[in-house]
Amino acid sequence: MSETLPVPSAPPAPARRVSGVPIRLEHVTKRYPGQDRPAVDDVTLDIAAGETVMFVGPSGCGKTTLLKMINRLIEPTSGRIHLGDEDVTNQDPDRLRRRIGYVIQAGGLFPHMMVATNIGMVPRMLGWEKQRVTERIDELLDLVGLDPEQYRDRYPKELSGGQQQRVGVARALAADPPVLLMDEPFGAVDPITRQRLQDELLRIQDELGKTIVCVTHDFDEAVKLGDRIVVFDVGARIVQYDTPEAILAAPAEEYVADFVGAGATLKQLTLTRVNSLHLRPVTTASVGDDAADAVARARAAGDDFVVVLDRRGRPISWPTLAEVSRMAAIPATVDEKLPVVGLGSTLNDALDTMLAASQGGAVVLGRRDSLAGVVTIEMIMDAIQRTRQETAG
Amino acid sequence: MTTATPSARGVAAGDARDEAAPAQPGTEAAGTAPGGWRALVVQPLLVAVGLLAFLLWRANATLTDTEARQLGTATLWDSALRHLSLTVVSAAIVLLISIPLGIALTRPALRRLTPAVIGVANVGQAAPAIGLFVLLATWLGFGFWTTIVALVVYSALPVLRNTMVGIQGVDPRLVEAGRGMGMSGTAVLFRVELPLAGPVMLAGARTALVLLVGTATLATFINGGGLGVLINTGITLSLNSLLISGAVLVALLALAVDWLGRVVEHVARPKGL
Ligand SMILES: Nc1ncnc2c1ncn2[C@@H]1O[C@H](COP(=O)(O)OP(=O)(O)OP(=O)(O)O)[C@@H](O)[C@H]1O
Ligand SMILES: [Mg+2]
Repeated sequence: MSETLPVPSAPPAPARRVSGVPIRLEHVTKRYPGQDRPAVDDVTLDIAAGETVMFVGPSGCGKTTLLKMINRLIEPTSGRIHLGDEDVTNQDPDRLRRRIGYVIQAGGLFPHMMVATNIGMVPRMLGWEKQRVTERIDELLDLVGLDPEQYRDRYPKELSGGQQQRVGVARALAADPPVLLMDEPFGAVDPITRQRLQDELLRIQDELGKTIVCVTHDFDEAVKLGDRIVVFDVGARIVQYDTPEAILAAPAEEYVADFVGAGATLKQLTLTRVNSLHLRPVTTASVGDDAADAVARARAAGDDFVVVLDRRGRPISWPTLAEVSRMAAIPATVDEKLPVVGLGSTLNDALDTMLAASQGGAVVLGRRDSLAGVVTIEMIMDAIQRTRQETAG
Repeated sequence: MTTATPSARGVAAGDARDEAAPAQPGTEAAGTAPGGWRALVVQPLLVAVGLLAFLLWRANATLTDTEARQLGTATLWDSALRHLSLTVVSAAIVLLISIPLGIALTRPALRRLTPAVIGVANVGQAAPAIGLFVLLATWLGFGFWTTIVALVVYSALPVLRNTMVGIQGVDPRLVEAGRGMGMSGTAVLFRVELPLAGPVMLAGARTALVLLVGTATLATFINGGGLGVLINTGITLSLNSLLISGAVLVALLALAVDWLGRVVEHVARPKGL
């Protein structure tokens, strides 16, 4: 099997910030005691710095085992593991792990510690000064889209599942590790929350450029998040290691084709992202603004609704002009059903979100949850039509 | 874009796109059952009322010489103190032995032994206490320290078992998360496993204490002293006043000790659970 040294094809997206380091697994094998077949059988894998690599494959094929051998939560039976240009196979595992972020399902937060304590754990172990740790905690909460003032002193049980997972990501990023390992991080949350968390991760990764290795059961998630996907079979045999586009276009084996599933048009929905559409600009108003003025501006722009932004510039509702004209000032009410997608969301996600909210459009968030525009169902239909025509002729 | 949502249901502005957070921050985190604090208040009241009733009876009852001697303030006080010291000393020894042992038995290296140890301990627990006392006395002789040994053997199980059960009850993913972020095994034990196992372990300690207060009445049979002397004398001389006094005082002591344990559990319960 050692000949399957995978050579990734096409280079990743053009220059973005990279703070990660490459990972190299060399002939790594894991044999659990009392089992005749190795769970991971002689795997060699190169992961480039700053890339997100998704592990997919059937249950029990060794994805988790392989992932945990990178931070040596599981010791390999044989083989070498390199991080950057260091061979870490025999390094002190505790010190190694402080340089590798680790995110598990449902966050794995310590329930008896407040959010801030959870996040500050690794920095404190590394001996950071108090002040620096405190600043870092707030910075990270902000990064994962949670207001530090509001969430810092909560206990995990006072957070929703999605929020817990965000804190889990923040905790993993606390000491700015170059590598992030994730084992089905979004497996335990509902589909809408999962999609938001995925968007969030894309945005964070866009900012940070870590090397991320992420196990998932969901091929669509792999397509959405991954710069590359590794498709495994039993014994962690690498069946295909390539970009999502390449795997979708040319599955290496029938096995992969089965795994990929679904029709060609629908693939477009998972391959095309909201940021590739020409988003519609919209009329915005801030909380407390004069309502009549907002209505006038919307009319002038030809909009029949207004997107309301809170004091941090994040959209909180989108009342119709009829509704706005009944008010004196723009209210601070948060519309909990406001359909929201990220720039990195796939068209598939966007459609899901609209359907879930029974609306014909969704608000698109850019960096740090600021408003990037609006996407409508018509725009998505157009995009599908266009690619169809392109592929047809 | 035609239908935009009515900006429904007023929620304070703040987090636009966050999944509704379930609980308020800073709400009472200690998860005592409803009425839990009430029990904490009622129990010491009961003890106080019981003690008062006993003292009133003692002051007004007409007693024979023997009774009066046995129920004299100094004698009573001595017996009670003796009883308490039997309880406290053996409890301290039990905690010192059982907790480290319980922890050791949940470490990966020794985990295999856990069922065997629990089995042995269960057998010890099932043996009749009086038999254990007499057996140990014939071997070690009569007196205070033999009593202590018997009490320790007899009450080690709840603490040992609860320590192991408490630690085993900690979500293994939390241990993995801790190790995964670079905490040493010891750090995970002290910062994650023990705090989370704390409530179960404390409950075990409280059970052991109450058990000890009751079992220490048997000390009288091997010259260990304590409030059991009253009961024993009462039985031998058919003096119900002594018998009942002894029983009531032991019960009050057990209730008081149980209450103390509950207070400690309440206070020490980790926040956020
Ligand atoms: N601690 C262990 N002891 C013995 N065998 C194990 C252990 N952990 C995993 N295995 C076995 O190794 C194989 C690979 O397990 P692994 O958890 O890596 O699979 P996976 O690909 O992550 O599966 P899933 O998608 O279900 O999470 C399985 O056959 C599993 O039964
Ligand atoms: Mg797994």
